[in-house]
Amino acid sequence: MSPEFTLSCPLPLDASGRVQIGHGGGGRLTRDLIERIFAPAFGSRADTDAAVLALGGGQLAMTTDSFVVQPLFFPGGDIGSLAVHGTVNDLAMAGARPLALAAAFILEEGLPLETVARVAASMAEAARRCGVRILTGDTKVVERGRGDGLFITTTGVGALVAPAPLEPSRVEAGDALLVSGDIARHGIAVMASREGLEFESRIESDSAPIHEEVMTLIGEGVELHCLRDCTRGGLATALIEIAGAAQMDFQVDEQQIAVRGDVRAACELLGFDPLYVANEGRFAAIVSAGCAERALEILRRNRPEAAIIGTVLGRGSGRLTAKGPLGAVRVLDLLSGEQLPRIC
Amino acid sequence: MKFIDEYRAAPAVLSALERLRRLATRPWNIMEICGGQTHAILRFGIDQLLPEGLRLIHGPGCPVCVTPASLIDAAIAMARTPGVILASFGDMIRVPGTRESLAEARSAGAGVRIVESPLAAVEMARRHPDAQVVFFGVGFENTAPATALAVSLAARQRVQNFSMLAAHVLVPPALEAILGAENCQVDGILAAGHVCAVEGERDYTRIAARYGTPIVVTGFEPLDLLCGILACVRQLEGGQAKVENAYRRAVRPAGNAKAQALVREVYEPADAIWRGIGLIPASGLRLREAYSDFDALLRFPSALREDSMQAGPCLAGQVLQGIIEPPACPAFGQACTPDHPLGAPMVSAEGACSAFYQYKRHVA
Repeated sequence: MSPEFTLSCPLPLDASGRVQIGHGGGGRLTRDLIERIFAPAFGSRADTDAAVLALGGGQLAMTTDSFVVQPLFFPGGDIGSLAVHGTVNDLAMAGARPLALAAAFILEEGLPLETVARVAASMAEAARRCGVRILTGDTKVVERGRGDGLFITTTGVGALVAPAPLEPSRVEAGDALLVSGDIARHGIAVMASREGLEFESRIESDSAPIHEEVMTLIGEGVELHCLRDCTRGGLATALIEIAGAAQMDFQVDEQQIAVRGDVRAACELLGFDPLYVANEGRFAAIVSAGCAERALEILRRNRPEAAIIGTVLGRGSGRLTAKGPLGAVRVLDLLSGEQLPRIC
Repeated sequence: MKFIDEYRAAPAVLSALERLRRLATRPWNIMEICGGQTHAILRFGIDQLLPEGLRLIHGPGCPVCVTPASLIDAAIAMARTPGVILASFGDMIRVPGTRESLAEARSAGAGVRIVESPLAAVEMARRHPDAQVVFFGVGFENTAPATALAVSLAARQRVQNFSMLAAHVLVPPALEAILGAENCQVDGILAAGHVCAVEGERDYTRIAARYGTPIVVTGFEPLDLLCGILACVRQLEGGQAKVENAYRRAVRPAGNAKAQALVREVYEPADAIWRGIGLIPASGLRLREAYSDFDALLRFPSALREDSMQAGPCLAGQVLQGIIEPPACPAFGQACTPDHPLGAPMVSAEGACSAFYQYKRHVA
């Protein structure tokens, strides 16, 4: 058979045949892009954010992430600290202790050097707090108008600590679903800052490293089955991805999920569902039923809003449902792309 | 959260449902006008909780969904013109025109920006004096005051590079088209609370009397919706057909006089094409002569082409009129999904098809 006839031949993703903003939104369009182009081309699976490599006697986790946030500085963080936390957190989700990072910068001609210095200082401080070193990097400059100020890509390696791999295939019926704190702060903070929306209180991003919490969960013997940070696409997308990969049905109780009052109000105003709004310092944990209370107690040492939010119902089509405040159950599906502010 | 939490509290909602169960003795079809109401009904599963026989029909109340393809095509043509920025509310940009959506046009280089407010578009025009900024003014009576304010502000401050692509639609003429249709199955109406907050109840009194149909001004939270449904069923069971206000915390009978004056100053009624339904006389708004300098259709006269109402497997028109429910359409969930919408109600989160797809696909 000639190469043109393989089934993995990239199909047009949609009528336009072009990359749209929605392809980066973490929803169905992103999944299509990965499943139809990247996974077949690279011949690798794509259901975890970090890969595990056997190296000598030990095991290393490796991950990479790009950061394109606008504005570069937002309440509660900036692109520099975000680029460190994001990659550190992806390593933690594989059950690895972060060791070292590499950072690549794409700078736009005309960007003030003072901005670059502020971002670099923020990265250094974040890395110091996370206990990782930034060992190597790269810098490219593009002509004015061909970049958006500053893009950062960080790549990280970590030493695997989890006694067994943390991946969707380990999810079992009866497992408990936990979330490590209140949700939806980062997405709203960045959106409000970008669009000049002002609320009575200042909503700050939750951007933070979460590897210490994971290391404690592992260290205190909690039987973790799968972890996922609730970044782009929010808590719902994280759980839908795991449920889909595991072919297990999940159900959450919406009333158990903490959303701060001001964040909830902003979501109401914009027509956003907080379950799909980005976080940068929260993760979903799927743990064996017997360990749920201990996991909760550990997570609450850091954030009292951490909660057991649902259960793994059993084998199925990989569907996530949510029980609402009135007792009715709705299906939560991957969004097509990003959430868009509604008209009324 | 004040004004939200108390209207979502389970005990109050469940007790209203209990009252509804005692009140309803026969099947009734009630249409909620607004897409925001449809969204809340499906999100909170209110349709699952209603007594048997009480059916909610999802009305045409998503302004994004009923905007004709020809106006979307015109917006795309403007956005493709060098030096033009087309500013739009977010949910409009994924709605397909004849060939593509604004989002697809943007990926091919057209100047499309999402804004949260029409005033932000005026500000954008001020900051980019070399560009032409067009605001895509979509929405019902509740959005019209904001776009009217933008036009009036641009006129007063002489922001000459701002213009308005007016695509507003009005609820009462559409309501009459639905209630006057031969195969109308609607027994009662939940009017859109925010629309009435601006325009008041006036038009509805006449319509309720003319078609013998109760109309209840209704809000958007679960308890609001149940109070609206309760009032509507009470009238139907008692053989009444009048206008009733179940959203008093927001709606006064005469509406908002200041907003009305602003809209009447800037706009006048005009015939409008509703996607999936057709032309409804005097159901839209166009800029008055005094503001014609700010009319995008006059500034870019070649942008608007004749509307081609598409035929095909999509039954959006029947869905928007409440004749069928989305899953009854042969394209629903098959050829037509939120990623590849054939009809407009599948695009906006408030569209009946999209709301069904998102929340109720497991039932279909």
